[in-house]
Amino acid sequence: MSAPVLAVADLGVRFAMPDGPVEAVRGLSYEIGPGETLGIVGESGSGKSQSVLALLGLLADNGSVTGSARFDGREILGLPERELNRIRGKRIAMIFQDPMTSLNPYLRIGQQMCRVLQHHQGLDHRSAWQRCAQLLDAVHIAEARSRLDMYPHELSGGMRQRVMIASALLCRPVLLIADEPTTALDVTVQAQILRLMRELRAEFSTSIILITHDLAVVAGNCDRVLVMQAGRAVESGTTDAVFYATRHEYTKALLAAVPRLDQVPPSATRKAPADENFLLAVDDLKVYFEVAGDGLLAAPRTLRAVDGISLRLGAGETLGIVGESGCGKSTLARGILRLVAVTGGRVLLLGSDLGAMDKAALRGMRRNMQLIFQDPLASLNPRMTVHDIVTEPLETFHPEYSRAERTRRAKEILVRVGLDPLLLNRYPHEFSGGQCQRIGIARALILEPRLIICDEPVSALDVTIQARIIELLRTLQAENHIALLFIAHDLAVVRQISQRILVMYLGRVVEIADRDALFDCPRHPYTRALIDAVPVPDPRTERARTAVLLEGDLPSPLDLPTGCGFRTRCPHAVERCAAEVPELQRFGATLVACHRAGEI
Amino acid sequence: MTAVTAPRAVTGHSLWQDAWLVLRRNRAAMASLYLLLTTSVLVLFAPYLSPYGFDFTDWDHVSIPPSWQTAHIFGTDGLGRDLFVRTLYGGRISLLVGIVATSVSLLIGVSYGAIAGYVGGRVDQVMMRIVDILYALPFMFLVILLMVFFGRNILLIFVAIGAINWLDMARIVRGQTLSLKNREFVEAARAGGVSSSRIIRRHIVPNLLGVVVVYVTLMIPQVILVESFLSFLGLGVQEPMTSWGALVNDGAAEMENAPWMLVFPALFLTVTLFCFNFLGDGLRDALDPRDRSAP
Amino acid sequence: MLKFVLRRFLVAIPTLLILIGLSFTMIRMAPGGPFDGEKQLPPDIEANLRAAYHLDEPLYQQFGRYVFNLLQGDFGPSFQYRDFSVTELIRSGFPVSLRLGGLAMCLALLVGISAGTIAALRQNSALDHGVMATAMLGISIPNFVMAPLLVLIFAIYLGWLPAGGLGSGELSHLVLPVIALALPQIAYISRLTRGSMIEVLRSNYIRTARAQGLPTRTIILRHALKPALMPVVSYIGPATAAVITGSVVIEQIFSIPGLGRYFVQGALNRDYTLVMGVVVFYGVLIVVFNLLVDIVYRWLDPRVPL
Repeated sequence: MSAPVLAVADLGVRFAMPDGPVEAVRGLSYEIGPGETLGIVGESGSGKSQSVLALLGLLADNGSVTGSARFDGREILGLPERELNRIRGKRIAMIFQDPMTSLNPYLRIGQQMCRVLQHHQGLDHRSAWQRCAQLLDAVHIAEARSRLDMYPHELSGGMRQRVMIASALLCRPVLLIADEPTTALDVTVQAQILRLMRELRAEFSTSIILITHDLAVVAGNCDRVLVMQAGRAVESGTTDAVFYATRHEYTKALLAAVPRLDQVPPSATRKAPADENFLLAVDDLKVYFEVAGDGLLAAPRTLRAVDGISLRLGAGETLGIVGESGCGKSTLARGILRLVAVTGGRVLLLGSDLGAMDKAALRGMRRNMQLIFQDPLASLNPRMTVHDIVTEPLETFHPEYSRAERTRRAKEILVRVGLDPLLLNRYPHEFSGGQCQRIGIARALILEPRLIICDEPVSALDVTIQARIIELLRTLQAENHIALLFIAHDLAVVRQISQRILVMYLGRVVEIADRDALFDCPRHPYTRALIDAVPVPDPRTERARTAVLLEGDLPSPLDLPTGCGFRTRCPHAVERCAAEVPELQRFGATLVACHRAGEI
Repeated sequence: MTAVTAPRAVTGHSLWQDAWLVLRRNRAAMASLYLLLTTSVLVLFAPYLSPYGFDFTDWDHVSIPPSWQTAHIFGTDGLGRDLFVRTLYGGRISLLVGIVATSVSLLIGVSYGAIAGYVGGRVDQVMMRIVDILYALPFMFLVILLMVFFGRNILLIFVAIGAINWLDMARIVRGQTLSLKNREFVEAARAGGVSSSRIIRRHIVPNLLGVVVVYVTLMIPQVILVESFLSFLGLGVQEPMTSWGALVNDGAAEMENAPWMLVFPALFLTVTLFCFNFLGDGLRDALDPRDRSAP
Repeated sequence: MLKFVLRRFLVAIPTLLILIGLSFTMIRMAPGGPFDGEKQLPPDIEANLRAAYHLDEPLYQQFGRYVFNLLQGDFGPSFQYRDFSVTELIRSGFPVSLRLGGLAMCLALLVGISAGTIAALRQNSALDHGVMATAMLGISIPNFVMAPLLVLIFAIYLGWLPAGGLGSGELSHLVLPVIALALPQIAYISRLTRGSMIEVLRSNYIRTARAQGLPTRTIILRHALKPALMPVVSYIGPATAAVITGSVVIEQIFSIPGLGRYFVQGALNRDYTLVMGVVVFYGVLIVVFNLLVDIVYRWLDPRVPL
């Protein structure tokens, strides 16, 4: 093996905090050879990001680093800023997680990129500009020249991450560090970006350190893997060794917790109940928002967040709702619960029309339908104790209960969601994310509702905690015969818990099917693309993958395409798709909104 | 009998307790707090320690520098009045104006801002446009006009100053309410069937308090400053009553001959303003959740 | 952009009308007329005077006349300075005040921004603490306390600078008043700059720029300065209002024949038209200035579509 590009030995990172020092990374050692890709995997707080920020001297002011890191045979830890600046951006480049905040909102793309070239390579403005345009071309940004004049906010998320990658490659670095480069992106865009990085690695022969929480992303993209837990490396080796001959318990647990699309989850699919027993029936629900127009006298424009959605949900059943960000799935949840004003359509819960109810009746109905939120901490009032949070619904619906009675019930419910009832007097900020979500579930459960809508309940949580929360929801559902509307962007998670799945695109339903039917035989091209885009934590499968990826980004919901919303990205689009909005057609138990569903 | 020690419920730390811990570590803010408390006690009770009244003329000691023998520990002014007592009486007025006028603007500002923010929509737009319009007025000049035309009336000063400052308060409270209203825990309460009035009481107001406390602490010195400014121009409280601003004005006129007449009231005024500002800064650090995230 | 400017105008116009209306009503409702001197004027003379100043007309007519004249730049005659119109007084006083205020604003921005930036770059150093402590003093010491102290030290004890007046227009006469006027603004602006600069320096895009190996100077000047100064830009409006208000006191203390001094004299002498003229004049100035600053802010911020 040739000399390593980077050799890290006994790296330690600690932060001086008011309550004493915190060790974020301890005794971390690894090497990375030329052209090699190393994946560093870990959950939040494992120190994976800090370990690479420390290499480039980018720690926060209260951070300090120990150990050694030799880049090209030269020690780079503790180099003076001036020396570091000859390496940063030029020989080691970095890409960050959030492309929105990682680009300067006040500077044009071209200005931000050019400055790097002008500084490191002394190019004049014209040739620098030219080279920037070439690189935007290389990362497949159309009309590269005109993009250079744009500001970051004028680009989509995927496009911004391409710009970040192009900026990082400007000086043809020897080593590229990518810190969660796809975490903030939708799954179809993630697939595009990962493919781009593979292409570029071949083209530029760069070594890459890929930091991620997602084992599936590692599987198809890395030669070697390092697993971190609580600041330490617990396992490292070739990708195949780590996945197929796992040694450490933590890695095993991590692998076991990842929901996988390539394995069928155990629970059997239930048949959809007969028409008369529907707990929840939604008919042609529409939620539009008025958005101020652009021009001087422009009329306000209409944002069609939910554009005519119908669904049925039986008692005790789980319907998963999947879609990319901005497809209207959260608005759908709030429309059903009447937390936002509904533009049109009907929602029947237990046979009564929520839209026809007056305020008091609707309030009374709320005991039957509850909501669980994405951000567990934000959904709990920071000034209230767990007791007050969990018992608030009781105070509203059972004013006759004494305080002792409410406390008794609160304790009972905490035990059921797996929390210690002694923690009743604590405040939300004293709990971890997973515990907060359990409190949120306890609050939703205490009235024994018939329907719970879960809006991305696990997407803010680490994968091992994710698995436990899903398990908890399944258990509670089975015990209490609750119907779940489970909204998520993660297909694998939805697949684990749902009996039927609804796929949304731009405010409309593109496909509703029984779970296994959807995954075995997806009928809509979007569903197919979505399933294809999800990486699998299995290196062999990933390497063998030859999926066709979707191009482009989601159109703006303010500016919907005519006809079928998906036609701008659809590989099968024909003229008819631009002219007519496809209706839902029935194929067995599956409903599909595609003109060509029968042929393809 | 053997007592089985049952595990006791764990008590949590509320955000207020956490904030207090942070504040306690901030030495400048704590020193300011104690200084302010001392000043308030002095202003309230100390005049009774001196043998002189605030308008008593000591003809034997006109314009004398501070001296222990005569018990004029801050000296006297050109009319032989004891400066120590006058400074503390002036402090009563200044602090009173600060607190009363701030309360006025607190009351108006919080209710106005909370209503605009919570109701939202058209109502909010109209209410905020009104604030925009009023905000652009050069209020200081209008207050001076008011003082000129309607005489120097303490009540008028309270009202006038309070009427200026509620605009800021209303804007801040409205902004906070608006963002709180869209927070997920409020949505959770609405989904849980909690009534609007209860949401405001239990969920919005307690979360507003932190910002309001900080802002009030920073508003009091501003108000004291406005009153002093008016008094300095000769438009504030009426003789023989006085305030710090009026004393500074008198002192400035005599500063070549009797610098103590400028120094003592100026010192009290400045230190008080200083303490309020430091305390406000400290409270902001303690109550602002933004800075609590560690890397 | 056009829409934004128009909307701002729509706010500015009622503001001005309310301002004029308020000051007008206040003056008319006020007890004590301009002719309440030490001795009672004979009734016929007073009636003549009232007629000459149109005080005998109904209020709405007086108001209409006033607004109409204002539009032509006519603020009416001064009650006190019988030989001058208010317009003439403003014309003579304003240049002096403008020079004072303008210099103070420039000084405040220059010193405030540099001090704030330096403090932010050396966060938690002795220098930072020093700048911030000084700024805290600047905020807490009112300028009517600071001004006499400056005079006491630099004019009376040290004798370096003149204590007041304009002399024959030498710059030395303006040094103390400009400093006294600028100090609180220096303090505010440096605190503001420091706060927003620290926030910007912690932002992800500055981390990106550092990871790209750009030198600190480039990062500060090209990447950080503009976003960090946005709050300062929006503070320019209120700062101008504060400087104008402060100049009233400063001109009084330093005996500078500016507009603020006329205002205070007019206020103490119940010179209705003069006081109102100054209020309206300054009001318009502040409203227009705020409008300009708002537009500049919008123009500087690329995220808002023009």
